This record gives sequence, C-alpha cells and structure tokens, in this order.
Amino acid sequence: MSAIEIKELTKRYKDLTAVDRLNLTIGEGELFSLLGVNGAGKTTTIKMLSCLTRPSGGDALLNGKSILHDSGGVKSIIAVSPQETAVAPLLSVRENLALMAGIHGMSKAETAEKIASLSEKLGLDTVLSRRAGKLSGGWQRRLSIAMALISDPEILFLDEPTLGLDVLARSELWDLIRSLKGRMTIVLTTHYMEEAEALSDRTGIMKSGRLIAVGTPAEINARAGTERFEEAFVKLVKEAE
Amino acid sequence: MRMLSYSLRTAKEILRDPLNLGFGLGFPLVLLFLLSAIQANIPVSLFELEMLTPGLTVFGLAFMTLFSAALIAKDRSSSLLQRLYTTPLRPADYILGYMLPVLPISAAQCVLCYLAAACLGLKLTVNVLWAVLLLIPAEIFFIALGLLCGSVLTDKQVGGICGALLTNLTAWLSGVWFDLDLVGGAFKAIAYALPFVHAVEMERAVLVGNFGAIWPHLLWVLAYAAVALVAAVLLFLRQMRRQ
Repeated sequence: MSAIEIKELTKRYKDLTAVDRLNLTIGEGELFSLLGVNGAGKTTTIKMLSCLTRPSGGDALLNGKSILHDSGGVKSIIAVSPQETAVAPLLSVRENLALMAGIHGMSKAETAEKIASLSEKLGLDTVLSRRAGKLSGGWQRRLSIAMALISDPEILFLDEPTLGLDVLARSELWDLIRSLKGRMTIVLTTHYMEEAEALSDRTGIMKSGRLIAVGTPAEINARAGTERFEEAFVKLVKEAE
Repeated sequence: MRMLSYSLRTAKEILRDPLNLGFGLGFPLVLLFLLSAIQANIPVSLFELEMLTPGLTVFGLAFMTLFSAALIAKDRSSSLLQRLYTTPLRPADYILGYMLPVLPISAAQCVLCYLAAACLGLKLTVNVLWAVLLLIPAEIFFIALGLLCGSVLTDKQVGGICGALLTNLTAWLSGVWFDLDLVGGAFKAIAYALPFVHAVEMERAVLVGNFGAIWPHLLWVLAYAAVALVAAVLLFLRQMRRQ
C-alpha cells in the first residue's frame, strides 16, 4: 500500500520552477531519500508535502489525505524535523518535548508517558533537564527528531538530518533513523550519498526541480553503469544537464 | 490547551533570558531610583513620584515590544515556527500564544515600578490599582507592536528598530523626561499624534484620582491599540503564508 502518492506536483516562483511536475509513489513503512545538489527542489518538495507551501500545480495524497484539500488531516498524521534544529533554546529537553505533546493535545499523563518512552528509546534520559540551547549539534538533532516523533506520526519528514554533524554524531543519528525504519514512512533529504545508500529502501535523484532517477541504490548503480553510488549520482546528474 | 502550551513556552523563553529581566524589569527601576535621587537634590516637578512613576510604567512597555518581537523573529529564523506550522496549531493559537503571556509580565513590571516608588515615598492608594488596570490598553498596543515587528523584521533588525528606535521614540515623545511644552511646535504636535504621551498623561491623571482627565487620552490609546492589533494579526498571517 502506498503512503504517499505525488501527482504532477509543481512549484513555480515567478520565473523559477523549483519543482517541475513531480510524480512519485512511496510505500507504507518505506524510507525514501531525496537526493540532489543545492537548489534541486528537495526542500521545496518536502515543504509542499508538509503543507508549508502551496503547490502551483498537481497534488499529493498522504495516506489518502490531499495536501490541497485536507491540510488539517495531513498535519495530523505527519511530523517534520527541519533542516535547522528548530528547538526552543531556553527550554529544557523535557520542556521541548512537553511543548510538542501539548500542541498535539496530549494530557499530562500521556505527555509524561511519551517523554519517558521516547527519551529512553532515543537516549535522551541523561540530558532531559538540560537547556536545549546548551546541547551539542548532535544532541540538538536528536532532540529535533524526538520532537517530531512525539505525536507518533504516520509519515516523518527529515530534512538534512545530519547536516553539519561530525562523523560520530552522524553515525549515532543513522542508528537512530535505522531504528525507526518500518515503524513509519520516512522521507529524508540529504546531500550525503553514503547516508542515502546506508539508510534508504529507495532513493530519488532530483535535478533542477525534476526527478531524474528513482530506485534502490543498487538499481541506480546498475542504471548508471557504476559501482559506487556517488559515481552513479554524479553521472546521472551530469547526463541530465 | 494547545494555545496554553504555546503561551507557557513563550513566558518561559522571555523570563529565562537574563537580558530581558535586566532591561525589562531592572532598567525602569534604576531610572526611578536615579531620577528620584536627582529630584531630591534639585527639585523638578516632572520627577516627582506622582509624575515620574506613571511615565516609567509606560516607558517600560517598550521593552515588552522588544521581547515579543525578538522571540518571534528568532522563532522564524530558527525554523521553530516552520516546524510548528506543520502541526495542528491554528493561527489564533500562535497569535494568542505570543501575546497573552506578555500581558501579565507587563502588569508585573508596572506593579514592581509602583512598589519601588512606594519604597521611595509614593502613597499607595486604590488609584494605583486603577493605574495598573488602565495601563492594559497601552500594554496591548506595545505587545501588538511586538507581534507586528517580529512578523516582518529579522532578529537583527528587531534589535535596532525595537531596541533602539522604539525605546527612544517612547522616551522622547512621551513627556516623561521633559515637558513637551518646552519644545512645542511640530515636535509637540507629532508627540500628541502618537499614543505615548496620551498613555502617560492618562496614567498620571488616574494616579492622582483625576479620572475626568483620562479623556481623550484613553481613546487615543485604545484607537492605537486596535490599529496595531489588526495590523499585527494581518502581518503575522502574511508571514505564515510566506513560510
């Protein structure tokens, strides 16, 4: 069963077409990575799918709910961890999580239970009382993902989740993302080829707003006739120019 | 419930910033003590507690604009608002969530000013309570201005426009530091076309129990508060759409 069905999705800004007639289906429980160089249209696609930006054309159904006609319904089943960490810096980790729980209408008891289980799963127990703004980049990303997970979303968008992190923090975050696989549908955007290769069930490569290739990393390697995924990416993007 | 969660967060973020506490609550008190000391040595009627304290309570509200605007602009630049726009929060939840918590903080600042003035010799009467209550329209004006500035300015611009320009406008055009009649002319006309001096004169009248003299000042403040509120809501909704 498909979780996301994108049909002819387009976004135009005056004379720039950021996303050009995107068609894509993502399965339930799948981890799908959107790859592309800067300005390829990845973030704009996520913004449209999460109802932050209204498309200029086309539509997308998220578990059957239209981003055009049922944005409230879409918002009730998704969560986004934006490119920037997007945490409240002067609140503690616990308070940040409680804020998101409150915004989703959870009771005090539900909130406490949710914070306890999430912090255990994501290893946040040791920093629950620390102010979010004082945490390292890796911990802030972890908190950012925890804030997205608090509502038990059916679809999770992770926009460049490891951008700017050191190797160790990135590896830890990969483990965290792997642990979420299968429990929800995940759409991830990234600049890092090895990240997409290591985590994704399938990847899509975008160039100038268009989707130029879709498949498993192995399928994309086969299509490009290369052995390494990064080489396949470079070759396909150059061919599309 | 959702709005309350957001309000609680706004209050915590504002009150946990030491600069906010220093400037918002501390600075008007420092001015009160300093000007009272000057007045004790060189008597100036403008700096008598009955004149000075209402003026300082209005001047202190300029910092509420700064706090609100800085928080909103920072939320926009850090993408926290972008994250929240993908949640079931409605526009009214954001607007009230940003504005409501600043009201009790503004009222607390006003009460602190009067308590400090009482320590210096101001007689605490029921009029002080009326002065605190009748300051609410001015509080709404300044808080709405914060929502407006936070919706259109970057966090760096907020520092300049709200931190420097608005505090100076409030100081110069409110008649707190000098009698506007001394300057007169266009300066006085501009001052009386803006709400600051009206808020101060209304508060001074209330404090001495001259309730008949609150008109037309209260109408000026109410009108400005209404206009600022409508403009702030419209501009906040516009930036929401632009996100």
